[in-house]
Amino acid sequence: MEQSDRTPIIQVTHVTAAYNGTVLLDDLSFDIYPGEVFVILGRSGSGKSTLLKQMIGLHRPVRGSILIEGEDIVTAEGQERLELLIKIGVMYQEGALFGSMNLLENVRLPLEEYTDLPDDAIDTIALMKLQLVELGSAAYKLPDEISGGMRKRAAIARAMALDPRVLFLDEPSAGLDPITSAELDQLIVSLARNLRITFVIVTHELPSIETIADRVIMLDDHTKKIIAQGKPNALRDHSDNPCVRAFFNREAAATVSEAERQSPHGAS
Amino acid sequence: MRSAATAQGVLHAHHHSEDGLVFSIIGPLDSNTTGQAWRTALHIQQQANPRRLIVDAARLTYCDGAGAALLRELCRRQSRRHGTYEIRSLDPAYQALLDLYERSEGQNPEPATPAASPVEQIGRATVMLGNDIVDLIAFVGELCAALGRAVRHPGLVRWRDALLTAELAGVNALPIVALLGFLLGLIMAFQSAIPMRQFGADLYVANLIGLSMLRELGPLLTAIILAGRSGSSFAAELGTMKVTEELDALTTMGVEPVGFLVVPRVIAAVAMTPLLAVWAGVFGLIGGAVVMLSLGFPLVTYMIQVQSAVTVGDMIGGLGKSFVFGIVVAAIGCLRGLQTKNGASAVGESTTRAVVSGLVLITIVDGVFAVIFYYLGI
Repeated sequence: MEQSDRTPIIQVTHVTAAYNGTVLLDDLSFDIYPGEVFVILGRSGSGKSTLLKQMIGLHRPVRGSILIEGEDIVTAEGQERLELLIKIGVMYQEGALFGSMNLLENVRLPLEEYTDLPDDAIDTIALMKLQLVELGSAAYKLPDEISGGMRKRAAIARAMALDPRVLFLDEPSAGLDPITSAELDQLIVSLARNLRITFVIVTHELPSIETIADRVIMLDDHTKKIIAQGKPNALRDHSDNPCVRAFFNREAAATVSEAERQSPHGAS
Repeated sequence: MRSAATAQGVLHAHHHSEDGLVFSIIGPLDSNTTGQAWRTALHIQQQANPRRLIVDAARLTYCDGAGAALLRELCRRQSRRHGTYEIRSLDPAYQALLDLYERSEGQNPEPATPAASPVEQIGRATVMLGNDIVDLIAFVGELCAALGRAVRHPGLVRWRDALLTAELAGVNALPIVALLGFLLGLIMAFQSAIPMRQFGADLYVANLIGLSMLRELGPLLTAIILAGRSGSSFAAELGTMKVTEELDALTTMGVEPVGFLVVPRVIAAVAMTPLLAVWAGVFGLIGGAVVMLSLGFPLVTYMIQVQSAVTVGDMIGGLGKSFVFGIVVAAIGCLRGLQTKNGASAVGESTTRAVVSGLVLITIVDGVFAVIFYYLGI
């Protein structure tokens, strides 16, 4: 992809996050370009979800800025912040669909809140989004009545209701069977290619990463820094960091010897 | 060539004699502009009823999902009335978007389950009530068996849980019970003193407060507070455990949830409720004393009057009642928790049911006690 000459849609610069004095993310900087599928990797506890929460404005970093289309989500307030939030859509790990509403009402909600579209238009748009994730026939079902994979797809449909420029997905394939997970990957790639939506995905499902990711960054659970950045295949085969190779080749961390570790703190 | 143009926002409509209806879109078609365009376009299409509809998208600058929905809707309506439809000079990127949405069409929503007829609803409610009663009876049996085991093997009871629950349900309830007891005594004394004074019977306000607080209202007030504070919390706690499969985990470990979770809570509630009832009674009497003192009666008169009015039988009756209230409220709270279904609203529903059932059972038990006391002559 010809990324170098394009302006990034998201710029994360020197972001440091801490909670109760514990550093969770240490001085992260990276750019995400329009239309790419960007994957944040790392072992459990490396701060992937924390990073995601900073990027969608739920938590504030201690230092640093996160620009989405040039606006800083860290400092934005009021109307400015709302306009920024409309540009992004988020799918939470368990879907976070509202249990008292059926799928159509779930997708309608952002449209009702933010647009002056007439009622039948909202219905049509919401149904279109559901059909896009192949849930048209389940539009009147409650979230309780459908499977986990369907819930995740419905959550993507809701996140897309306002045609956001960026979709953030928190562990989209966690807890799904391989077939459903592969279908979800296909959906993500198709949305990225056809609708030019930028995806920021937190995951540690290897097969999924290799299918969908244009570029990945990997966070380290000891140093809380980025230890690798690039295309997934290149990292798997040619990374000079043994931890990164171990991650991609599903080796136990014990096989990475202490001396080989590049992190200053080492394994505990 | 006849041409009548209407302009509304980004949508410009022309009637051409040879082309039929032409919509030119000038500017962006996004969620901000589509609202107005939607109303105008569908209205004009409805009125003109053209055989041929042309959308000229040459000057369309941006199109998102909302815009695509409008274009699809125009097309759908046109084909429903057997007219023809054409989108001219649409940017290939937006054409791809339209195609994407068009491909996914055809999965029509299955209709929502229709609301049941009144007869069906009554039937369902009756069956549910029947099931509920069966559950209740089964639960009472299980609880009795578990309590029996607890008496035979006290070492098996989780006393730490029982003590913790006793603190939460008993000690932490002291301030609210004191406050409500005091206010109840004060208000009752004050309300009754005014009419009784007209008959010169205001001394007997002491009898009224003493008897009603110690025998009836103290235990009742305590039970109601217990249902609101602890019955609901038992239901929420056990309900959450049910939702997170902790109860299933206990069962597969061979541990009975009733013995493990319900017994300590019931023991704690049973131990605490009579004490709280006494506490409520004492504060009710203090409330009454404040009114009596302000009416000019010395404290000692009030105390002697209360002593002469309240017998040991009244005290024991009140304590016995609160003992039973404690069992009932704790047990129904736990039962509603164990009955929790799945989903985010299920725990809230169980909590509500715990409080409501608790209050209903308190009233029923109170009525039963009134009858028993009447026949026993207490």
